[in-house]
This record gives sequence, C-alpha cells and structure tokens, in this order.
Amino acid sequence: MAEVTLVGAVNMALARALSDDENVLLLGEDIGVDGGVFRATEGLLDRFGPERVIDTPLSECGIAGSAIGMAAQGLKPVAEIQFMGFIYPTLDQIISHASRMRNRTRGRLSCPMVLRAPFGGGIRAPEHHSESTEAIFAHIPGLRVVIPSSPTRAYGLLLAAIRDPDPVVFLEPKRIYRVVKEEVADDGEAAPLDFCFTLREGIDVTLVTWGACVEDTLAAARELAEEGVDAEVIDVATVKPLDMDTIVASVARTGRCVIVHEAALTGGVGAEIAAQLASEGLLSLLAPVERVTGYDTIMPLLRLEDRYMPSRARIKAAARRALAYG
Amino acid sequence: MSTVARFEFRYTRVLDPSGALVGELPDFAGDREALVDLYRGMVRTRRFDAKAVSLQRTGRLGTYASSLGQEATSVGIGAAMAADDVLVPSYREAGTQLWRGVTPLEILLYWGGDERGMDYQVPREDFPISVPVGSQALHATGCAYAFKLRRQKRATVAVLGDGGTSRGDFYEAINMAGVWHVPAVFVVSNNRYAISVPLRRQTAAQSLAQKAVAAGIPGEQVDGNDVLAVRHAVARAVARARAGEGPSLIEALTYRLGDHTTADDASRYREEAEVSAKWKEDPIVRLRSYLANAGLWTKADEEKLLEEVEAELTEAVDAYLATPPQPPEAMFDYLYAELPTALVEQRRLAAGGEDDEDGGDG
Ligand SMILES: Cc1ncc(C[n+]2csc(CCOP(=O)(O)OP(=O)(O)O)c2C)c(N)n1
Repeated sequence: MAEVTLVGAVNMALARALSDDENVLLLGEDIGVDGGVFRATEGLLDRFGPERVIDTPLSECGIAGSAIGMAAQGLKPVAEIQFMGFIYPTLDQIISHASRMRNRTRGRLSCPMVLRAPFGGGIRAPEHHSESTEAIFAHIPGLRVVIPSSPTRAYGLLLAAIRDPDPVVFLEPKRIYRVVKEEVADDGEAAPLDFCFTLREGIDVTLVTWGACVEDTLAAARELAEEGVDAEVIDVATVKPLDMDTIVASVARTGRCVIVHEAALTGGVGAEIAAQLASEGLLSLLAPVERVTGYDTIMPLLRLEDRYMPSRARIKAAARRALAYG
Repeated sequence: MSTVARFEFRYTRVLDPSGALVGELPDFAGDREALVDLYRGMVRTRRFDAKAVSLQRTGRLGTYASSLGQEATSVGIGAAMAADDVLVPSYREAGTQLWRGVTPLEILLYWGGDERGMDYQVPREDFPISVPVGSQALHATGCAYAFKLRRQKRATVAVLGDGGTSRGDFYEAINMAGVWHVPAVFVVSNNRYAISVPLRRQTAAQSLAQKAVAAGIPGEQVDGNDVLAVRHAVARAVARARAGEGPSLIEALTYRLGDHTTADDASRYREEAEVSAKWKEDPIVRLRSYLANAGLWTKADEEKLLEEVEAELTEAVDAYLATPPQPPEAMFDYLYAELPTALVEQRRLAAGGEDDEDGGDG
C-alpha cells in the first residue's frame, strides 16, 4: 500500500477511474502536460492520452458547458477548475443546465459529471485564490457537493463522485493537500456519499466540520481532551445533501454543538445545519449552537488570512462556551 | 506593411423572394418529394405556431415563442440533419424539432408547463430547448467531442439567435470546437432582433458569420428565408463535420415577423412598415411560388396538405388539453437518479399537501 497525500489520493482515484471506465475523461486548464498546477493530474496524460486528458483553452464556462454536452452523451467528464475563485463563470452552466438536465427531461438525459476545484485559504496564495464558497453550490437542487478531508476519503469520495449518475461539485481543501500522508489502498473502493464520517467519538460536545478545518478541529479536540473535555468530531463530507441523521444523533448524546467552517458566516452551510438542529434536535440541545467560521468579510490578502480562518483557539473557546452554558 | 490574413464569407441563396431560381439548384431539389416535404414542414410549423399562440391567448398555454417568418431556417436545419445527429436547440426552433420527430403534443406540454414535454420519444438524444440564451452552444461542442472520441460519424447542430452571439459562452463554444476540431455546426438564426434590441445594437460587426474568424472555423451566410439555401448550406456543414473536417458557423439571415413571445408587443420598438415590407420575403410563399411555377404544386395539393396538418394539430391540441398535470411528487422524482434521504420528508409533504389548507393549489 502506498503512503499518499490528499492530492496524491486524488491523482490515484482519477487514474483508477480512467482505467476502470473508458467513458471517464478529464478536462481543464494545464491538467495535461503540466499535470495540473497542484499536480493532481500528474502523469495521467502519458498514461491515458490527450483525448482523455484534455488541456483546454482558458475557458471556465466552456469547460463546464462542454462537460455537460459530453455527460449528456453518457461520458463521465471530470472537469477541473484551477481554483475555486475562478469557478463563477461556470455557475450558469451548472445551475441552469447540469443540475437540472435529468429533471427537465424526466430522466431521458442526465449529467454524470464532476466539477473539481481546489478551495480554501491558508496557502498564502494571491487574491481570488483562497475562497470557500461551497454554500453557493449547496443551495442548488440537483447537485451534490462533496468535500474530502483526508487522503483516504479523497480517494473513496472522488471515485464515488465519478461513478455517481448525477453532477457532483468536488471541492478539494488545498491547504491540506500535502499535510497528511496515509496508507491508501488503490482498491477501487468508493466511500459513501450523502454520509457524515464520525472521526472521533466523544460525549461532551459535537464538533461538526468539513474540508481543511477538519484537521484544525481534530487538533482542537485533542487539546480539549487535555482539559478533560471529550469532543466528538464529525466530518460532514457531503455538504449537499446533508446527512442530518448522524449529526442529530450525535447532538442527542452530547447536547452541544459547534459548527466550524472556513466560509463566511451568513448563509453558510453551518446555518443550514444549525437550522435543522433547531427543528429536529431542539430538545436535546443544552446550549445554543455555536458557529466558528470565516467572517462576513472579503477573504483578506495573505498577511491577514490567518486571522480570518477559524483557529484552534477559536474552536476551543466556542466549545468551552457551549459547555459552560446553562 | 504586409497582410496577415484575409477572410471571405460565402452567401448562399437559391430562390429569390419571388420564388425565382437565382442560384444553383442543389441536388436534393431535383426531387419533387423533397421539395414538398420542405414545404409541408414549413406549413406545419406555421400552423403549429398559430395554434400555440391562440392557446396562449385563450389562457390555455404559458408564454410561447413563435417562429413566424423563420420557418425556412428552422425546417432547413432539420432537413439537413440525419436522424442520428443531435440537435441542441434554442426556444424558437419548433420547426426543427417537429421535423426531427418531437411531437406537437410534447412541445405544447412544455410551454404548457409540463416537464414531460422535454422527454422526447423520438430524437432521444436531442437536447431540450435552452432558455438561457446562447448557453446551449457549449453543449454542442461537448456532445460533438463525444462523437469524435467514439469515432462516430455523427454531427451536433446548435441553434441560437443573433442576441446569443453576444454572449461569452457562444464564443467559448466555437473557440473550443475549433481547437478540438469536433463535428459541430453552429447555426445563428439572425432574425434581426433580440426582443427589442436590433442587430446594430448587438454588435458592430458587419456580419455574424465573421465571428467564426476569431475561432478559426469556417463561417458563411445564407438566406434564412430560402429553405433550399438553408438546407443546402447546413447539409454541407454537417457533411464536413461527419467527414472529420471540423466545426462551422452559419448565419441564416431571416426576420421575426411576430412578437418576440406572446408576452411581447413588438410595436413598441419597430415600425409596422418595416414588418409589412418583410412579409414580402415570406419563406412559405417563396417556395410555394417556385413549386407552382414549376408545375409541381396545385390548389388541390395545397388544400389537401392544409387539411392533413389541421387534423394532426387538432388532435395534438386535444391530447394536450386532456393531459392531466403530473402529481406534485414528480418535482422530486427526476432530481437525482435516486432520491437522497434528505429529501424523503419534503417529498412526502409535497405529495400530501398537508399544510396546504386548500389541498395545495392555492
Ligand atoms: C442569458 C439570457 N439573458 C436574457 C434572457 C431574456 N431573453 C430571452 S430571449 C432574449 C432575446 C434573445 O434574442 P436572440 O438571441 O436574438 O434570439 P431570438 O429570441 O430573437 O430568437 C432575451 C434577452 C435570457 N433568456 N437568457
């Protein structure tokens, strides 16, 4: 078994999907000869050729729109947008076409495509390169929005996304692309979509998070343990549709919940989770739901980005507040 | 100073507005049946449009976009395509769709507000019409890529309006199609208006055909009210595409004789005199004159055709009016291949309408 990073696992899953299914193809800017700016597609052009690993023009709307045309023909395009900050030209195609092709045609045509993009801050990247706007996509009926947070889950979830018969927006937390290495078996096993992963069990407070914040949240949980606080950590993984059953069941045990995400507070996916907890888990809540998130500001340039991101300290403070309540 | 490149654009016209032969007669036009089929296609489209508009006016159909005056472009495109080609239409191509086997009932269901009208039973792989103007052009590029990848000798034909050519995704579509050298044909049905905006406010370019230059693909113009010319030019481009010779762009010069849609009043932005002058270029009269002058069409033929079309369309309208709406849970049933657990409760609520005091219709 190979020890791989998260981005290495993405590469492994792409290679596996390309070799298992001739309908799978990749398209995006600089993904071929260059292997992708993060090297997620390194070596794939050589292995699978330029017809299936396509270096496209600089044309985000074109990448998404042509992928829809391919997908309606039964191909399984995996389109890469180089950074999430450049994904917005695809919104018309994704919202007006990809997400509703099946619905509009009563199942006659469908759109089994994946739109991959690295997202989030923390790598001291230039302006527009650090955004977390998953909530925009999570708002759209007909889409799935999937966010891995470890090499193992990146491999399994990406395979699942590619095999899924409907469009999936697959957001890769680039801050942890190379932070953790894990042994990942290239066994072609997909991980379940629409399903939360409980990464740490605990009885005092439920910490709910996804993406790069999973690492920080796990670290915060370890530090809280030293204070005698036993935190449960849930990686939401699929932020659309949400697996509320797992979250509600956890909060039923702990009575307290802290939601952690890098995206801005207002209208974030955390707001939806909090709202659903309020309607489905109200009686088990012993404290108000806390949210530790990016601020409702423009993602700052790199000098201030650390002050924007939810820090371990902020996560711990919120957990302590929840525990102290009432 | 030296010249980097020069460009020329072909303009094709076979019949002039009076129906006189002014260009080279394409091979297919030597066959009476082929000509009569084109004529029938246009008449059927016009009658269909008229029925749809009157259904809307009497409150029995939603907003409808008629193709009045543009039948030659619409039908010519349909006739140029093979059954296994794929159409990627705008919302004004009932003529092309009807030709390809989409039924009048399906089109009425769509504009009547029923998604089942996009579940075409015959051209199974054709795209549903696209309302976001121009966005569909990219689907043609991707679909054509699939044909090329699979070594299939098929072509994709996208249709969009003149307004659509101002959108970035139109340019992205022709540019990518050019780079990938895929079997796609882009037809711009230039009816001179995008709702109220005339072509001169849409672009400073002398033609829309020349937009092909920027994408490095062939572009040409055709008289879009001359069904023989449209069929001929589109068939040529489709044949090139199928032969692996890449994409092309065709600008069909036509004119929208009616309102933009039933929700529009064109008298707010154009003179009646302009419109009545354009009626002299009616594509249906043009072909009928040619057929009649050639002794290929009689009054009796005309009457019989009108009767047949009327019977077919009356039956379709009756079937449309008799089709009950889908149950409310149909909103959920085609959203994903399988209903996610998170939506089960919402579907149950929609189906039951429990909180809707009046059963969900108020
Ligand atoms: C992207 C987009 N913008 C605006 C509209 C509203 N709208 C509908 S049709 C239309 C004009 C389109 O003109 P054109 O492309 O020339 O096609 P035509 O309707 O004349 O066939 C507009 C502005 C729309 N449907 N899509």
